[in-house]
Amino acid sequence: MPELLDSIHDLYDGLERRRIMLSFKGSLTPELITVLLGLVERKLDGIEVDQRSRKRVFNVVIECLQNLYHHNGHLRAEQGTVQQTKDPHGMVMIASTDTGYSVLTGNFMAGSEVDHLKDHLDRINALSADDLREWYRAKLADGTYSSAGGGGLGMIDIARRSGGKLEYAFVPYDQDSAFFSLNVNVNT
Amino acid sequence: MEPLHLDGSPKTPYVHFDPATGLLELKGRSIPENSIDFYKPLIDWIDRYGRQPNAKTALHVQLEYFNTSSSKCILDVFKKLEPIRASGHEVTVLWHYEADDEDMLEAGEDYSGIINIPFKMIQIAEVSGD
Repeated sequence: MPELLDSIHDLYDGLERRRIMLSFKGSLTPELITVLLGLVERKLDGIEVDQRSRKRVFNVVIECLQNLYHHNGHLRAEQGTVQQTKDPHGMVMIASTDTGYSVLTGNFMAGSEVDHLKDHLDRINALSADDLREWYRAKLADGTYSSAGGGGLGMIDIARRSGGKLEYAFVPYDQDSAFFSLNVNVNT
Repeated sequence: MEPLHLDGSPKTPYVHFDPATGLLELKGRSIPENSIDFYKPLIDWIDRYGRQPNAKTALHVQLEYFNTSSSKCILDVFKKLEPIRASGHEVTVLWHYEADDEDMLEAGEDYSGIINIPFKMIQIAEVSGD
């Protein structure tokens, strides 16, 4: 038991050191996303006085949660083995930083999709703000829908609102799956 | 033809489309997981309205937040208005944005650049989230 109790303090300490305002890990349903967004909004209302910054951060959180929900391997790792989950599964954290906020997400995805997502993120990171807007507009206008119903606009939108580069990592887990970590800095 | 009315929810906008006046309103938040399901009745309604439209149609869009999956659907709503204008009726989109919300103004400008309907950008003090 002491080990378990110690881990509570360790977790608390870790969250505190990284200035995490809100952290969630688990299965995601549309109802739960509504609740999480409500919490995020309340928190932001309490600490961020600039309305424009508040909206920007909230928009990034909205889009990150949508990504987490739609682009999800429905997998979790229990004691080193990856297992199927009924609902999308993952984690989201919002942290304060010296320059604003950071929205962090993590989830398992199919290993076969890693290259495609990596190319997409690298392409976004290589573009200027004006080019991102142009690309967004072109993708919006082309009239096609992606499998998730969005049209592949999510990450571009996140990058536009972030104003910085998207930081990401893929951790290969087993033959078929990888863990995708994303950090979106929103400077305010 | 019946008006289309939907109350707003934490993730979906208030909708009021009135065929008698040609006043169409979309207000609040549009951040559902499945936007296509939400917007289909709206697009179908405008499709039917377009057969006998009012001499003047004004679509007021006053959104506080919308997600990228809604953005394609909102474009489809605008596209349904294009043939109404092309058939000689007056159609306007009134895009409301909060004074300090440059991102929302840009979003309106993006649509205005894609859609062949006059847009009026209307600056407002603050959108109520309730």
